[in-house]
Amino acid sequence: MNTLAFSATIAGASFCAGFLGSLTGLGGGFIVTPVLTLVFGADIRYAIGASLISIIATSSGAAAAYVKEGFTNLRVGMLLEIATVLGALVGASLVTAFPTRAIMVAFGTVLLVSAYLTTRPHAEHLTADLPPDRLASRLRLDGSYPTSEGQRRYRVRHVPGGFALMWVAGVLSGLLGIGSGAVKVLAMDQVMYLPFKVSTATSNFMIGVTAAASAGIYLRHGFVDPGLAMPVMLGVLAGSLVGARLLFGANTARLRLLFAVALVAVAAEMIYKGAAGGR
Amino acid sequence: MRAPWRSVKDADVQQAVGNLLRVGVLLAAAVVLAGGAIFLWHHGGDVPDYRVFRGEPVDLRAFVGIVRDAFTGSGRGLIQLGLLILVATPVARVAFTAVAFGLERDRTYALVALLVLSLLLKSLAG
Repeated sequence: MNTLAFSATIAGASFCAGFLGSLTGLGGGFIVTPVLTLVFGADIRYAIGASLISIIATSSGAAAAYVKEGFTNLRVGMLLEIATVLGALVGASLVTAFPTRAIMVAFGTVLLVSAYLTTRPHAEHLTADLPPDRLASRLRLDGSYPTSEGQRRYRVRHVPGGFALMWVAGVLSGLLGIGSGAVKVLAMDQVMYLPFKVSTATSNFMIGVTAAASAGIYLRHGFVDPGLAMPVMLGVLAGSLVGARLLFGANTARLRLLFAVALVAVAAEMIYKGAAGGR
Repeated sequence: MRAPWRSVKDADVQQAVGNLLRVGVLLAAAVVLAGGAIFLWHHGGDVPDYRVFRGEPVDLRAFVGIVRDAFTGSGRGLIQLGLLILVATPVARVAFTAVAFGLERDRTYALVALLVLSLLLKSLAG
């Protein structure tokens, strides 16, 4: 296959990844890396380099829409970015020293956990009537977001716990070239009791900054190949834009479950190949 | 009478941040697309190999080299420049929020944004 055919194939596969990623909320990076490594046989370092870059494009696009509609909690996002950026710097420094087989096993494992996290039923915490949390009040983190019945207020809790889990999300992002959206949402909606929609919006807001922290290290170590990153970035971006258009009104519960099953199979293959020593 | 900076509100910051992110992503995609066209024009017939990791040549690993390559009309250099613009987009957003929260007289969050900005710049500069 020559470069032209190769680029077109990668762009097509990346389009599908971006489309499914935005439709299911799992993000495109989780599909791009396994496709590049398992199907196209690329070295995982090239794969996570291209994936990390494409994540900045899709998350910034989604973040732009959410932030304008008023779902994003800017203060929560900015505060927790300290944790994710510090984590990403650790993760991206580790990956340059890790053997590729260990990266594959870690990727498969995190993929399994994320597939579980995004399909689990999420209970909404109603926090409007709770007494204010001292730290959250001092940092003015409480906020409100638009619903069909007007603005709804919410309170934020457990800031240190959320901060710690965000650091872990940052490490995983830098180590595997993913957005860690599932872990970021978990930290906000389950630990800090933010509404699910606000958690998703704020997670998208933070993913670009977290990825930018690792991108410098990836670039310096030669992980980012323009010939590979070009079709991946353009394909994933286009796919996610189309997916976001369809998202409104679509029933994604069944699709998400189907997708999670497929991801479990991919994760198992990654772990097997990494552990057995194949590519 | 209110001084102009007093009228800077969270809602204004939200709109501006949204626009900034959108412009950055679109600009990056346009540059990558242009670079990709040049790259495929010259190298479309080559056979790619990503099985063995060799790492990128030194000039495609850092800011100065990438910009120099891009301005000589190299497709790979131009793609890499587009990717740099993409990486710079969230960094610019953090810088913008630092200024915006400063204008809002929100010293805590201006400092938070400056801290994140300095970590990002340190990482990018090596």
